[in-house]
Amino acid sequence: MSDALESEVKTNPQGDPITAAPAPPSAQSGKKDPHAEAKRQKVVTPEYMFHEAPREKEFITGSEAAKEAVRRSNVDLSIAYPITPQSETMQLIGVLYGEGYVKEYYRGEEEYGVMSAIAGGSRAGVRCFTATAGPGTLRGLEPIASWPGHRLPAVCMFTCRVVNAPLAIQPDNIEMAYLLHCGMIIFHAENQQDLFDYIMMAFIISEKNDVTLPVGVCCDGFFVTHARGYCSMQDKGLKLPEREAWRGAVPVLDAENPPARLSRDAPVQKSNFMAYNIHAVWQQEVWAAVERSRKYIDQYMDGLIETQNVDEADVLLIASGSAAAQCREAVRECTAKGIKAGLIKIKSLRPFPTKELRQLCSKAKLIVVPEFNYVGWLAKEVATAIYGYSNAKIVGGPHVYGGMSMPVEMIVDEVICGLSGKRSSTVPSSAIMGQVDPDAVAHFMQNI
Amino acid sequence: MSLNYVEFTPGFDRWMPKEYRDMVHHGPFGKKTSVSQVGTFKEILEEHPMCAGCAMTLFIRLAMIAFPNPEDTITVGTAGCGRLAISQAAIPFVYGNYGDQNGVASGLTRGLKLRFGDKPKDVVVMAGDGGMADIGFAQTLHSWFRKEKFTTIMLDNEVYGNTGGQESGMTNKGQVLKMAPVGKKFEKMDMLGMAKVAGCAYVATVVPNNPRRVESVIKKAVLIAREVGPTYIQAYTSCNIEYAIPTDKVMEDAKDVENDRYKFSEYLSDDARQCLGELYGYKEYLPKPEKTLAKS
Ligand SMILES: Cc1ncc(C[n+]2csc(CCOP(=O)(O)OP(=O)(O)O)c2C)c(N)n1
Ligand code: SF4
Repeated sequence: MSDALESEVKTNPQGDPITAAPAPPSAQSGKKDPHAEAKRQKVVTPEYMFHEAPREKEFITGSEAAKEAVRRSNVDLSIAYPITPQSETMQLIGVLYGEGYVKEYYRGEEEYGVMSAIAGGSRAGVRCFTATAGPGTLRGLEPIASWPGHRLPAVCMFTCRVVNAPLAIQPDNIEMAYLLHCGMIIFHAENQQDLFDYIMMAFIISEKNDVTLPVGVCCDGFFVTHARGYCSMQDKGLKLPEREAWRGAVPVLDAENPPARLSRDAPVQKSNFMAYNIHAVWQQEVWAAVERSRKYIDQYMDGLIETQNVDEADVLLIASGSAAAQCREAVRECTAKGIKAGLIKIKSLRPFPTKELRQLCSKAKLIVVPEFNYVGWLAKEVATAIYGYSNAKIVGGPHVYGGMSMPVEMIVDEVICGLSGKRSSTVPSSAIMGQVDPDAVAHFMQNI
Repeated sequence: MSLNYVEFTPGFDRWMPKEYRDMVHHGPFGKKTSVSQVGTFKEILEEHPMCAGCAMTLFIRLAMIAFPNPEDTITVGTAGCGRLAISQAAIPFVYGNYGDQNGVASGLTRGLKLRFGDKPKDVVVMAGDGGMADIGFAQTLHSWFRKEKFTTIMLDNEVYGNTGGQESGMTNKGQVLKMAPVGKKFEKMDMLGMAKVAGCAYVATVVPNNPRRVESVIKKAVLIAREVGPTYIQAYTSCNIEYAIPTDKVMEDAKDVENDRYKFSEYLSDDARQCLGELYGYKEYLPKPEKTLAKS
């Protein structure tokens, strides 16, 4: 449905060409096919693309990294709706559509409509991509939360920002707390490079037959989307193989795949008349599929976690996304102070690296989990995973939110307080797990 | 059109349930069926869990007989009574979330177009008045404004049937219902007017007591949506339970409502007329020979 060849270069009201790159002179003379480069892209296997293809380094923003990932991902349908700090990403995907790298694209009515249409596109058997942030994530949450149950492969990028009042557009990853319980696969990118790699790998993992699930690729808004970082990328003349609709764990709705009587034969869709156990086993299967994606995450992403300095470490910093970047610096400062500290960066939150954490945390004395949100969802995940497997004291903090940045000293202070027993100035004692607070016990005893 | 998917792999025929075999051998796939032939072929929709005498079910059944290419049709529904019947039919059905039907259908139609080009793949939305005019309002209107090529059918029972009889935007002013304890305070929403404003190529109202007319509007709407743009049918499909219509009076009620506020109406854009006349042999829509010109 992309219109045939454009003869003139279109501009926006400011006079900028609709393509990000200045139009080549031949295009201005009205002869060049704007889709020519896209048509020349060569399909390569995911294995070659991810592990062998030569790469070149560029200094780009996260939004540009997302665009470059989509360019190489053979995406069919992409639907956009603006919200800061995501807008630029989906604008750039629009540029790809103009250039023929994405086959179909439109601006939806709002996020509920967008996420519903993504569900429709995925059911039709095509590869779909969209992105949103904060309030957009919550507005789209009902359809998003139903994607896994409908077994819809698709990739959605979340450029996390504040939700709730008072209004702010700043980075804050509270929305991930909601996404973690949808049944979708969730990755958290630390930087532009992660974003680029995870998006491309997400398409391939999402469409594996024994997975057949949507993947959410999250990053912390602005810190990653608007800042520049080095990103090593394969040649843009390469792309991943297209989605093979017949491969899914459930048939796509194209009236080509048996059974004809789809909603009758598959035990979904029967709602009021569906026995409770059918919903139950279906959800078990969704979460089992999340687990089955581990082997592909190992294969393509080199595991659910990345570690630095963890052998012999007394202190482990556990973090995801931008917090992991701050922790790298904190590890360096702690080491300079003579503290044996290491970092576990969690790349995949669903599936969660429970086994890996149990093993790596067994000897740690102190675990600090810095986060860019108020509620501390990651600390709860970590504590639940390693309970009974580690005697470490777990500091659920420090937390910054609403757009605050996280100075490295804040993390180092928690390490020092945690080790020395000094009271933390930012983390309340209720968020420190695995330690007995005599005052709290006395208070509790007096009140029973 | 791919009929392979309704046929059996050689040798498997006799192991399939009888009902399925009947569907393959005597169903409407790949044939032209009509409401006048009911009883001579196996229908796409037979069993359903709807209330006895529910006019909505009758309408859905007729609509399915009328689909021009049932083997290449995908229905999209939503929460509400209708999907309980639609989901039992022998053609693929999508249910996502309440009110998302026109959003889902937009992505589905575009996706199918990407994969199958001009090969007909008809997407038909059927949803209740609440699902379409209230919770799904924005997506319905926007799909029309965007000129998405699929058919939207409102099963208008003028009430939230499935949740037990609450007021909807399509309820008539003054009607007492649950959540309208002193009567609805505003007019029935003019979705027909909105469909025209939003650019639907075909807009029709219909009641189920005239099967041939139901058949005719469904066929036109699906064919026009395939070639031209969005089409909208608003069907009065009474809820005999919530409006306490005795089962044997359902057709009488439909007649009364037809006379009162649901007169048959049909609007076609010029492109829609041309499409039916030139591509699908509807002679009545071909341009009339210009008599005045001949005279001069
Ligand atoms: C988000 C959401 N809100 C509310 C509901 C509850 N709900 C289910 S069916 C229904 C009413 C259906 O009424 P209508 O769309 O008019 O269809 P009918 O049952 O009358 O055919 C409602 C409110 C829901 N399923 N999802
Ligand atoms: S509640 Fe009304 S609309 Fe729903 S099945 Fe019963 S009669 Fe039909």
